[in-house]
Amino acid sequence: MIQAIGRRGVAAVEAIGRIGHFLLDMLRAVPDIRTWAGPAIVQMRRIGVDSIPVTLFIAAFTGVVLALQASYTFTGAVPMYFVGTLVGKTMMLELGPVLAGLALAGRVGASMAAELGTMKVTEQVDALETLAYDPQSYLVFPRVLAGTVMFPMIIAFAIATGIVTGWLTSLVLLDLSTIDFLKGLKLFYRFKDTWFGLLKSASFGATITLVGCMVGLATRGGAEGVGKSTTRAVVYSAVLLLLLDAFWAVVLL
Amino acid sequence: MIEFQDVHKAFGPKTVLDGLSLKIADAETLVLIGFSGTGKSVALKHIVGLLHPDAGDVIVDGKAVSTLDREGLTTLREGIGYVFQFAALFDSMTVAQNLELGLRRRRELSDEEIGDRVREALALVDLSGTEERLPAELSGGMRKRVGIARAIALRPRYILYDEPTTGLDPVTSAVIDRLMVRTREHLGVTGVVVTHDMRSAYTVGDRIAMLFEGRIRQVGTVAEIQETEDPVVRQFIEGRAE
Repeated sequence: MIQAIGRRGVAAVEAIGRIGHFLLDMLRAVPDIRTWAGPAIVQMRRIGVDSIPVTLFIAAFTGVVLALQASYTFTGAVPMYFVGTLVGKTMMLELGPVLAGLALAGRVGASMAAELGTMKVTEQVDALETLAYDPQSYLVFPRVLAGTVMFPMIIAFAIATGIVTGWLTSLVLLDLSTIDFLKGLKLFYRFKDTWFGLLKSASFGATITLVGCMVGLATRGGAEGVGKSTTRAVVYSAVLLLLLDAFWAVVLL
Repeated sequence: MIEFQDVHKAFGPKTVLDGLSLKIADAETLVLIGFSGTGKSVALKHIVGLLHPDAGDVIVDGKAVSTLDREGLTTLREGIGYVFQFAALFDSMTVAQNLELGLRRRRELSDEEIGDRVREALALVDLSGTEERLPAELSGGMRKRVGIARAIALRPRYILYDEPTTGLDPVTSAVIDRLMVRTREHLGVTGVVVTHDMRSAYTVGDRIAMLFEGRIRQVGTVAEIQETEDPVVRQFIEGRAE
């Protein structure tokens, strides 16, 4: 029993050490702009542009459902223009960042873990090193930078889309006027709602890409190892994302 | 010159290198032979700092590899070409891009010079015209030749070949052997070849060293190895089960 606890303790300390070492190595790559600038632009396109359809799809339907559920909850008790308040606040503070983040953990985190995992098991990462490239500069930092920069942008689009579909739903299905919807939207709006959501999104982007890279580069074995890494990246990202969500709520709200 | 000085390396409880000492002189091709799993590739990876020894060190041009910082390691690697067992080509890049990647690291080369080097290296491995093809569109032998071209294009002082003929048919193996000999003759580079293909070892090697139980069992010229009386080396080179 004591031995088992000891082993787990040692394993936990080792894992923390590995993460710290990985982060330090990544930070040492920052001055090597010549190496990471090109790949960072490619990754920004991949993470940003290519992720927009799935994110907007999720946000659009979330906006519709939010408006309908708000109307269902408020009927007879709360003025209907509060539909705008609920749609706006919820999209900005929670559902926009978290739902899009979870979707992108699957899309971006999994694809990074699979790509880097395959590169690792086929010795492409070793080949890169023998060509005098630092994998942290060429593979990791561009991805983490792209995730940190692009997630807030994608999620800003998602939030806007959710609010627009919420407004359209209110107009078409709830007989709520645009003026009333906007009145509700503005009612409790604070600038903090915007930056809180975007800051959270940036932290999600950094976390998901970091996890994807770390798990991918730690891949061992062949196809099975790549499969395991992919699953692991999605699970770790999703768990960390929810923990971060709670952390930001406690710290900033 | 490359020198292994009493190198020890273990992975968990398994000792792979157990006091490996070996010198590789400039402009020679040394072939490292040995049974599967005896640590030949592990030894090779120590030369470029992909692995670090638990004890001892590898000295390249007078510098201990394990003591080099990031910049020192980059400089070292710029002078070494590495040909991987399965070529390790970047599968999302074309053949030309695979060759260009290492060259772009060298700041002094213009785009035109890089293009010339790529064409020249591909011509040397008889693969002119494959520039725009992806690795997945090439045969195993062609991929290995692209791997060699990628190393040659860098005009390194050393080329390390990790099992360059494994898994290839005899004719393609002979082509790769001829290519390694041609590379040494044309570019005068020092080569280290890891293999268990004895025909290849006799063709390309100036000297042959046998790695056994983590250390060098015997090292000598091709003729010396062919005439050896060491039972372990004899068994290996004759391919006898016992």
